Amino acid sequence: MPETNHAPARLLVADDNKVNRLLLTRSLELQGHTVASAPNGRVALEMLRGGAFDLLLLDMEMPEMNGFEVLEQLAADRALRDLPVIVTSSLEGLGNVVRCIELGAEDYLAKPVNAVLLKARIGASLEKKRLRDQQKELVRRFATPEVAQDLQQSGFSLAGRRVRGSVMFCDIRNFTALVESQPPEETIELLNTFYTLMFDAISGNGGVVNQMIGDGLMAIFGAPLPLADHAGAAVRAALEMIELIDLLGSERADAGRAPIRIGIGVATGEMVAGYTGTQARATYTCIGDTVNLAARLEAHTKVALRAILVDAETCAELGDRIAMERLGAVAFRGKALPVEVFAVACGVPAADAAGS
Amino acid sequence: MAAAAIDAGVYAELQATAGADFVRELVDTFLEEAPPMLAELGEALAAGSAEPFRRAAHSLKSNASTFGALALAATARDLELQGLAAATPAGLAALKAQYDAAAVELKALRDA
Repeated sequence: MPETNHAPARLLVADDNKVNRLLLTRSLELQGHTVASAPNGRVALEMLRGGAFDLLLLDMEMPEMNGFEVLEQLAADRALRDLPVIVTSSLEGLGNVVRCIELGAEDYLAKPVNAVLLKARIGASLEKKRLRDQQKELVRRFATPEVAQDLQQSGFSLAGRRVRGSVMFCDIRNFTALVESQPPEETIELLNTFYTLMFDAISGNGGVVNQMIGDGLMAIFGAPLPLADHAGAAVRAALEMIELIDLLGSERADAGRAPIRIGIGVATGEMVAGYTGTQARATYTCIGDTVNLAARLEAHTKVALRAILVDAETCAELGDRIAMERLGAVAFRGKALPVEVFAVACGVPAADAAGS
Repeated sequence: MAAAAIDAGVYAELQATAGADFVRELVDTFLEEAPPMLAELGEALAAGSAEPFRRAAHSLKSNASTFGALALAATARDLELQGLAAATPAGLAALKAQYDAAAVELKALRDA
């Protein structure tokens, strides 16, 4: 019985030599995979472009289009650049191996290919592909289509990196009271409406919602992709969010339901952005003082009775584009020094003081 | 007695990993594919075409090592690495003789 550690995959074998092609195909089929084959690079590329393959096993010496050319073409093709490629070749010389890896090949196996090694390398490559696909899916779900596409185009790394950006926290005021005052179905419907509206305002301004926490959310402006005016974008998004919630409040009032208010905190500065989590579940996030400050500012909206609070850096970056009111220095938990807090002027009444 | 043209260990391992029936078919494929490669070497040598010569030697080396035809593989590898410049008709004749010996043993193994 063929035994597999991994789910069967769809593989393509490209080799001009018939003996090699048949033998490799046979080995892979015995490992439980579905295998197609191509006698040269040109045909292999056509097949890859025409169908969904999980992995390519590529010989280097081929007529019409050799393996090096195939690797180059794959790297230039956005739909195929992430396809794992294992080079199987009896090419002589370390230089050729290095060249394959530099051109993006995942791994290199010398011919004749050892079946055990082959299985291990294919397992590892498919696992890496699965992880990459998961990340892509994650980014796609949390980011705008444009951001997701740009990320895929530029490639993105798992390692954290320092970025300058703006972070936003937002939550619904008096959510507990709201939950108690209405049937659970209505609460779910309200949350769905809330998230839909907030996502729209945030991604419309170039931000990425990276966390949904109960009745609140966290959004990043300026990561994973740089954003020119991230502080301005975050504040504009915040103003739109307040406006949308106000509209929602009016609709609710017409239906005889309790009003809804939100509080928003925005802070700007340096942070470390990257993926956190495990292989099975990873989230793009940012950490650092800027993030903590944004969370504190959001909580402080209840005390300050303002809908949107920002820090000094956000205020400075906006200049006089949007009217701000200086509220003075506030001592926040976890902060050694008091922090200057600014309220963004908006035409909507301040957040409800009744606490949540 | 001369050394075996086919390494029994390599051949047995091939049978173990790919299956005996499949290896029988694979031997037939090799016996069909190898003579054109040998012919290609001769033609490339006569025509002075270095790249086709190297490619044919490369393919022959690769397939010979798959079946454990180690002497044939070693000679083909020398031809691949040293190229057309170092090749002689006598060298190709020696290669052909090694192939013939390997082919006889492969047929015997196939029909065993």
